[in-house]
Amino acid sequence: MADAGANLPDLLPPRFQAWFGGRGWSPRSHQLEMVAEARAGRDALLIAPTGGGKTLAGFLPSLIELSERPPANTPPGLHTLYISPLKALAVDVERNLTAPILEMGLPITAESRTGDTGIARRQRQRVKPPEILLTTPEQLALLCAWEGARLFFENLSCVILDEIHTLHASKRGDLLALDLARLSTLAPNMRRVGLSATVDDPEVIKRWMAGPAGPEAIELVRGPPGAQPIVDMLLSEGRVPWAGHTAQHAMAEVYEAIKHARTALVFVNTRFQAEFAFQELWRLNEDALPIALHHGSLAAEQRRKVEAAMAKGSLRAVVCTSTLDLGIDWGDVDLVIQLASPKGAARMVQRIGRANHRLDEPSRALFVPANRFEMLECQAAREAIAANHLDGDPPRDGALDVLAQHVMGCACSEPFDLLALYDEVRTAGPYRDLAWEDFEQVVDFVSTGGYALKTYDRFRRIVKGPKDDQGGDGLWRVRNAEVAQRHRLNVGAIVSPAMLAVRIAGRRGSVGRKIGEIEEGMLEMLDPGDTFVFAGQVWELVGITNLDVLVRPGGAKDPKMPSWGGSKFALSTFLAQRVRQLMTDQDHWKVLPTDVREWLEAQRDRSLIPGEDEMLLETFPRGHRHFMVCYPFDGRLAHTTLAMLLTRRLERAGAAPLGFVCNDYALAVWALKPLDDLNFDDLFNEDMLGDDLEAWLAESFMMKRAFKGCAIIAGLIERRFPGDKQKTGRQITFSTDLIYDVLRRHEPDHLLLRCARADAATGLIDVARLGQMLTRIRGRIRHAALDHLSPFSVPILLEIGKERSPGQAGEIILHEAEEDLIAEALS
Amino acid sequence: MNAPAPVAARVPAYDFATAPCGSLRLRLAAGEVMLRASGALWLAAEGALVVADLHLEKGSSYAARGQMLPPYDTRETLKRLAAEVAALAPRMVILLGDTFHDRRSEDRLAADDAQRLRDLAIGRTLVWVVGNHDADGPRALPGETADELSLAGLTLRHEPRGGLSPGEAAGHLHPAAKVRGARGSVRRRCFVTDGERIVLPAFGAYAGGLNVRDAAFAGLFARPPLAGALGSARVHAVGWRSLAAD
Repeated sequence: MADAGANLPDLLPPRFQAWFGGRGWSPRSHQLEMVAEARAGRDALLIAPTGGGKTLAGFLPSLIELSERPPANTPPGLHTLYISPLKALAVDVERNLTAPILEMGLPITAESRTGDTGIARRQRQRVKPPEILLTTPEQLALLCAWEGARLFFENLSCVILDEIHTLHASKRGDLLALDLARLSTLAPNMRRVGLSATVDDPEVIKRWMAGPAGPEAIELVRGPPGAQPIVDMLLSEGRVPWAGHTAQHAMAEVYEAIKHARTALVFVNTRFQAEFAFQELWRLNEDALPIALHHGSLAAEQRRKVEAAMAKGSLRAVVCTSTLDLGIDWGDVDLVIQLASPKGAARMVQRIGRANHRLDEPSRALFVPANRFEMLECQAAREAIAANHLDGDPPRDGALDVLAQHVMGCACSEPFDLLALYDEVRTAGPYRDLAWEDFEQVVDFVSTGGYALKTYDRFRRIVKGPKDDQGGDGLWRVRNAEVAQRHRLNVGAIVSPAMLAVRIAGRRGSVGRKIGEIEEGMLEMLDPGDTFVFAGQVWELVGITNLDVLVRPGGAKDPKMPSWGGSKFALSTFLAQRVRQLMTDQDHWKVLPTDVREWLEAQRDRSLIPGEDEMLLETFPRGHRHFMVCYPFDGRLAHTTLAMLLTRRLERAGAAPLGFVCNDYALAVWALKPLDDLNFDDLFNEDMLGDDLEAWLAESFMMKRAFKGCAIIAGLIERRFPGDKQKTGRQITFSTDLIYDVLRRHEPDHLLLRCARADAATGLIDVARLGQMLTRIRGRIRHAALDHLSPFSVPILLEIGKERSPGQAGEIILHEAEEDLIAEALS
Repeated sequence: MNAPAPVAARVPAYDFATAPCGSLRLRLAAGEVMLRASGALWLAAEGALVVADLHLEKGSSYAARGQMLPPYDTRETLKRLAAEVAALAPRMVILLGDTFHDRRSEDRLAADDAQRLRDLAIGRTLVWVVGNHDADGPRALPGETADELSLAGLTLRHEPRGGLSPGEAAGHLHPAAKVRGARGSVRRRCFVTDGERIVLPAFGAYAGGLNVRDAAFAGLFARPPLAGALGSARVHAVGWRSLAAD
């Protein structure tokens, strides 16, 4: 903590004191502490609630320092770098920062730089940088890969990392940590400042953001606690449904809540839910309230329009996804509505923080659970928020594909020494434990692709010069300018799926206005003529050409609504545990609405309620099938992986499993043979994470998807080429699936396959969480052998039929198509 | 490009059957051919094995430009071809063009891969039909070079002639079929034929596929064509109605 004590106000120069006074403000103690830490040259992590003047606290030291700089003849150069996870936030902070600079008449230039910044401005910024540059991790990576990086950053004095809790636990965070390490090499006196409103464990963040001096060197500064948010749960007059995720039953009441609020943000978890809720609200919108829609698939211009209208205060509600989780300061929002389950307590605190940016007034939020399990989850989240217990992302080891990109970037910037770079990389939090062998392997990959078959030595992308008496420096450098240029076009650790532009079809095949973008995979279930909801309207699919989806207005027809996913968050481990506690503790049930309580009581009487550390497993016959339903509450991803592995084992045990279905709470497997007499401790043994997992993973499409992501980040596959031309007529490109197959057969231990396996295990299939779960339930499976289905099993059984079935789906589809043809031929 | 081909009042059924080995036996023009699950065409009476678009050394072609694709594509492709040769003992192997990915591919061949190619010519005729990627044919490797070839009443050439061309077997287009089922969709390389002519799938490990609903296939067939989609161990006959655009 700062030691300035009672002298804190003295930290502010008169001009700053006058400015605070002129606005009727007095500086907050955490703002002054940040100034004190800066004066002492220390790194700082500031945790302060939304509305606490956090951003100003981050910039104040830089503004003071810059205002006190004596005038110089040389251009001042870059002094402070601000990194935001969102482009829009960087632009917004630029606006907010301009006000005090102008009002105090400070001779300071502050500019944003994002992917949307014009080329002329970006080029000028490289030659003549502003003193304060507001940008994103991707732009920083690009700047670090330029030849002039050393000069550009040599006077850098401070880097500010905003919303730091969203940055650290991802590949983006890996890349940013590496670039920070680079910055500390180029500018050894640079201070690091982290800002966040929702941090559960500051130590995790400190370890990530620390520089060469380690996490101990970072001072933790805490703002005052904000007012406790008021979180209500919508107890619908219609009863809470058994299953489903749309909360359709409560939409009229949601509309009423919007009517009684000044401005409401309605958060949902997927784009599909956003479209659906938007439609429903407008169906009910007799007062024609201005209600808008905001999600990641909409065209950028459309999103900007909504944001501008929101900032002006001309909207009453916005239905949105995680795109509005962060950032933009909207003072008028006084109610946050969460439709369907919140999935995590920290995410909810972030979302609730969007309402009311005044520190002393509580934010108001309304949870609208869409089904009975979600009712439990919402209640658990309310209690966690009230107790200020948040779920944070665990620390992660830096990914090697990201490291590969960084190594290439370093070579593009200037020649590097292998040992010096290894030491530098290990000052980055996620790479602190990086083994020399892994580093060497990454450098070899960057240079030649890293194949055992050394045929690409003559094509090296980076080459090591000889070290000799004739001036050879023994450094690694990029082979030529063209290779460097191609790398710069592919910088960044965000890999988005192929996006298609949705456009209105004109007459005779011409292409009209763009209404947004959607992921390629979302269209798979649609045929021309089918209707779907997008951007708040019903459209009819006309056809798909190259990268355009052509549509025309679908009129008033009922849309054939594809249940496309958007982003799906898993229930956090932390919240899942609280849900289990709530479910187990019967005295606690009285806080729940009557119909949910009755449902729990019926479950207790007809099956059983497991203990907190137990897992309930039910078996029962139904139709001509035998069901096994278990309730680990560990999220859909971990459940799906578990179900895949269980069906393999059941197959071997001769139980003839036919299919399975999973949601965030439970999984159900059905089979031809009875499942009651199996040894469940053996069935759920952790050894399934060995060979069974390997065997399944190798064939799984998730591995292929993970591989594609790694291949793009590591630079094996390029996002785009300089001067890339669209081939007319024929678009034959290689597919990463083909490369994956070949590589797996010929070099199964290749670096990128290791990366893909690690990604799949942590992300797409959540093996880590499954492992924890199997350990947790070892010897604690409570089996209920029932004559018929249980109250708990109804929600999951209702989901059957919405899922794909496992196995050789591709072959089955081909086979069915052939049967169609044969039937046609015989007709 | 999604417009269906004109449908005759009563389309005569295609004459095909699945053989025990997973191949599709098909009546093509006046004769009979086998569509192999590997993507090769087998003319049993002539003992001729036809493969198209091997695109050897595509990996190193990208590597030369700084994109280090795994270098195993050539051996992968040639091993699959060797397996077909071992299974069928052909008297003649016909490479239907674009055997090499670019003009310098032959120089980049690894020694053991070059030997695999030379082995193909031992004890049988090896014919290099030339394509747009390898217009000159091989420089040092054995075999005969041809622009096109007549065999068993079929004309074998690299690039399909525009319009109808009965009795032709060609490659070049890399046809792929996308089949949509109730549980998702699947995209596979395929043969495509109207019973009069046939386009072979690309045989090369890194060769991509072009959807048969693409405009590049328009006008080539006299009636809605049949796709022979490559499954894991057999060729699946798929009708035009089951095929989707990408």
